[in-house]
Amino acid sequence: MDVDFTPLLPTAQLLVTALVVMLRDLFIEEHEPKCILVFLSLVGIGLAAGETLALWGVQESAFHDSIVLDNFAHYFALIFMLAAGLTILSSIDYVRQAGIHEGEFYALVLFATVGMMLMAAANDLMVFFLGLETMSIAVYVLTGMWRTNSRSSEAAMKYFLMGAFATGFLLYGIALIYGATGSTNLDLISDYLAEQPSEWPLYLIGGGFLLLIGFTFKVGAVPFHFWVPDVYEGAPTPVTGFMSVAVKAAAFAAWARILLHKLSALDSDWLFPLWVITIGTMTLGNLLAITQSSVKRMLAYSSIAHAGYLLIAIVVGAEWGGLPLLFYVLTYSFMTIGAFAVLSCLSEANNQRENYRDFAGLGFKRPFLGLAMSLFMLSLAGFPPLGGFAGKFYVFRAAVLSGHIGLAIIGVLNSLLSVIYYLRVIVAMYMEEGGAEGKSFRQASAVYVAIAVAAIGTLYLGILPASALNWSRIAFASLE
Amino acid sequence: MLGVAIGNLTIVLAIPVIGAAMIMLTPRRQTAALFSLALLASGLAFVWSVIVFSLFDGMSGEMQLVERVPWMPSFGIEYIVGVDGISIFLVLLTTFLMPIAILASWSVTEKVKEYLIFMLLLETGMLGAFVALDLFLFYVFWEVMLVPMYFLIGVWGGTRRIYAAIKFVIYTMAGSLLMLVAIIYLAARHAEAEQALTFDLLKLYDLHLPLDEQAWLFAAFALSFAIKVPLFPFHTWLPDAHVEAPTAGSVILAGVLLKLGTYGFLRFAIPLFPDAALAAAPYIIALAVIGIIYGAAVAMMQSDIKKLVAYSSVSHLGFVMLGLFAFNMQGIQGAVYQMLNHGLSTGALFLLVGMIYERRHTRMIDAFGGLWKPVPLFSALLLVITFSSIGLPGLNGFVGEFLILLGAFAVAPRWTAAAATGVILGAIYMLWMYRRVILGPLTNPDNEKLQDLGVRERIMLAPILALVVFMGVYPQPFLYRMQPAIDVTLKRIIAVTPVAVNHHPQAVLKSKSDGR
Repeated sequence: MDVDFTPLLPTAQLLVTALVVMLRDLFIEEHEPKCILVFLSLVGIGLAAGETLALWGVQESAFHDSIVLDNFAHYFALIFMLAAGLTILSSIDYVRQAGIHEGEFYALVLFATVGMMLMAAANDLMVFFLGLETMSIAVYVLTGMWRTNSRSSEAAMKYFLMGAFATGFLLYGIALIYGATGSTNLDLISDYLAEQPSEWPLYLIGGGFLLLIGFTFKVGAVPFHFWVPDVYEGAPTPVTGFMSVAVKAAAFAAWARILLHKLSALDSDWLFPLWVITIGTMTLGNLLAITQSSVKRMLAYSSIAHAGYLLIAIVVGAEWGGLPLLFYVLTYSFMTIGAFAVLSCLSEANNQRENYRDFAGLGFKRPFLGLAMSLFMLSLAGFPPLGGFAGKFYVFRAAVLSGHIGLAIIGVLNSLLSVIYYLRVIVAMYMEEGGAEGKSFRQASAVYVAIAVAAIGTLYLGILPASALNWSRIAFASLE
Repeated sequence: MLGVAIGNLTIVLAIPVIGAAMIMLTPRRQTAALFSLALLASGLAFVWSVIVFSLFDGMSGEMQLVERVPWMPSFGIEYIVGVDGISIFLVLLTTFLMPIAILASWSVTEKVKEYLIFMLLLETGMLGAFVALDLFLFYVFWEVMLVPMYFLIGVWGGTRRIYAAIKFVIYTMAGSLLMLVAIIYLAARHAEAEQALTFDLLKLYDLHLPLDEQAWLFAAFALSFAIKVPLFPFHTWLPDAHVEAPTAGSVILAGVLLKLGTYGFLRFAIPLFPDAALAAAPYIIALAVIGIIYGAAVAMMQSDIKKLVAYSSVSHLGFVMLGLFAFNMQGIQGAVYQMLNHGLSTGALFLLVGMIYERRHTRMIDAFGGLWKPVPLFSALLLVITFSSIGLPGLNGFVGEFLILLGAFAVAPRWTAAAATGVILGAIYMLWMYRRVILGPLTNPDNEKLQDLGVRERIMLAPILALVVFMGVYPQPFLYRMQPAIDVTLKRIIAVTPVAVNHHPQAVLKSKSDGR
């Protein structure tokens, strides 16, 4: 059988980069600078991104239809690589100061990215599962890589146990679906559902629900959100940014392809539970975020709330929700990773400095960090003309157009709640005195580059979203 | 295609932003240069808006100088700006007050650079909201305005500034987010009916929805605007924001921001949902009149001059609302005129309060008394502005209030009679304040060595004073330019005689549908 491997090139290229980084690390002495590893990783990501862009528009499936490389997969691959690149840029200094092994760190970020790309491209439940595990295991390790920090170890343990549990749900769901339909291939499952529209065995629906639970866990939605704040708080800050952006995006990518698209025939069964989950996720995430005193935990809860907004796009269905979902993921990536990058600038080796009071006066002591953080906070809160507003606008618009006006109203009221805690960061930065001295903040240029890229992205998507919207549309259309 | 010439309105919008960018690039130590740049930018914006005014055809009620650029074409979102006889004056008011507000900021010594940047961004936000003719664009400007104001209150404000700033943002957001849903819904309904995706206000005007849908949408818009106006009982953010804001912030807040609420009613909520507006009119008139009397009564009890002026705004804006919901020419004309008057007189009052506060670091009425002797010029100017505020014939306030009462009396005589007592109450609290601050014996020794107004302060107040007198004795150039635009708006609201409007909204609706 003749297979064209070209569409797999970016994934393979990234995998090779990860291996090269790991091997090259072995030949660097203990105390020598390891800039070459960063360079290799970034070049690898850059090449892979370039290849993905060149492949834009190519639609192919490989390995007996178990992988589909379409614009949808390309779109998400670009988001993952963007997140990985920005994470690496913002972690160089952080990792060095915390005494984390650099070689493994960068290699694991790359491995996780490879897993995510497979998840977005998977057209077979087994491939999806492999991608998920490749990603998850790498991220478990990344979470616990700061071995001298007990919070980090605790977070990794917690994440691993809860993650393993969720994996069990997913795998059991896949098994039940296989049992009912006789296949793990999404196309064949989809055909089965279409051919027998009503005579589904009960365990098929049960399998669908187990899948739903697994996804709910992975995106950190209520009621499976309990791991999120602890894990996000304990993980090294750049890893938290990576988790809350890329891991979440990967889960939503798979969700969109598998549940929203291929298994959409099961919609009627899970629509109501999903509706409840969506409202619960938004509301609980926002309410709990208000009560936090640590900005890092606040951002963790806010990422739960944002998962809720994304779920609105899922609830309203593929016809209306596809484009807003993809666009929102993009804007969310920029602003969230930017916020975590700023947060990582504040920390010192033994002092994490992630409470509101640590931000006091930052706006005037470090104008760049203050300005960027304000931008990210305002964007997360949904102020125009920033990316976060555009994202929310299209999500709420989809809700209104599809007749879910109640969901849109609850969504905007939640936005209002979120204003309270996002503005607190700005209050601390500009309206309160004290906090840490200006000199002790990280001044490394790499993280500033990451912050600047995120800020420009946030602004650009808010002011001129037309082209990004077009990409989202094309990407989602390629699923058909 | 992309070679669209940049229109005059866009230039007016862009000038403050460019000024802000230039300030950003100027070193923060050169305070004088920063101020000069800000003054230059806001002055230029004023000059350019006068150019816009000179190009404006006062005989036409249509939107003029319209610019239209596709923004997000696949969603029907466009950049559309334009002015008519209503918004042109509000644009002028904004650009007129801004240089004065910047002059009033001379006493700001800390973080001057950021302060001026926020002032200029605020100007663009306000101007944009006045000229936007695309609902999405309007919403963007409406929210954009919030952020600089939040910073101005929160960073440069008084002791309870953070509380006031957050309260301001949360209140305003609460209204506007529901408006966003309503905007989306409205565009969706238009797309359904006309098969064309658009947020263009002028096209959305032509969409006639059934009353129950209109009622919901009107409620969402009205809540957002009522908070901004502020209409009783949504006014509680206003005294806090005013008292804590720096002088220039108060001037802009009272002078321009509040007008966005009433402007929003006139431009969006009422003509987009005329049937619902007619049905709601009795209730809104009642709230407006309650606000007039309540605001005046509370103002009377204040011991802080700034708070007194803040509550007087609640009362004055109640008049504007009363005029708008009379749905006749006099009422609306008076309302628009009163928006300008209030911008000038309350702006000037806040300036004067700020000047005395800078000298004495207190605003308590009982700390003063007998100020005429040390500061005669200040006292004389305060007297003129006080008269303007209470509507003394010959000054601007009289024209507006008279027209409003005239218009409102035709439709709701009893409520109007009650509102008229607000005029008397207004005279009482203003004159009483004046007597306690300026007249009487000079008892407090701290007041003896007060300096009278300096050159900068005179320059700030002179143009306002000139306009206050001019608009009082010769309102015609303003009124006749407003008339065609209000006529167009009125035609969108009702095709029947407005007399029956308020008492029998159902009857009006019925006769309206019979008439078609």
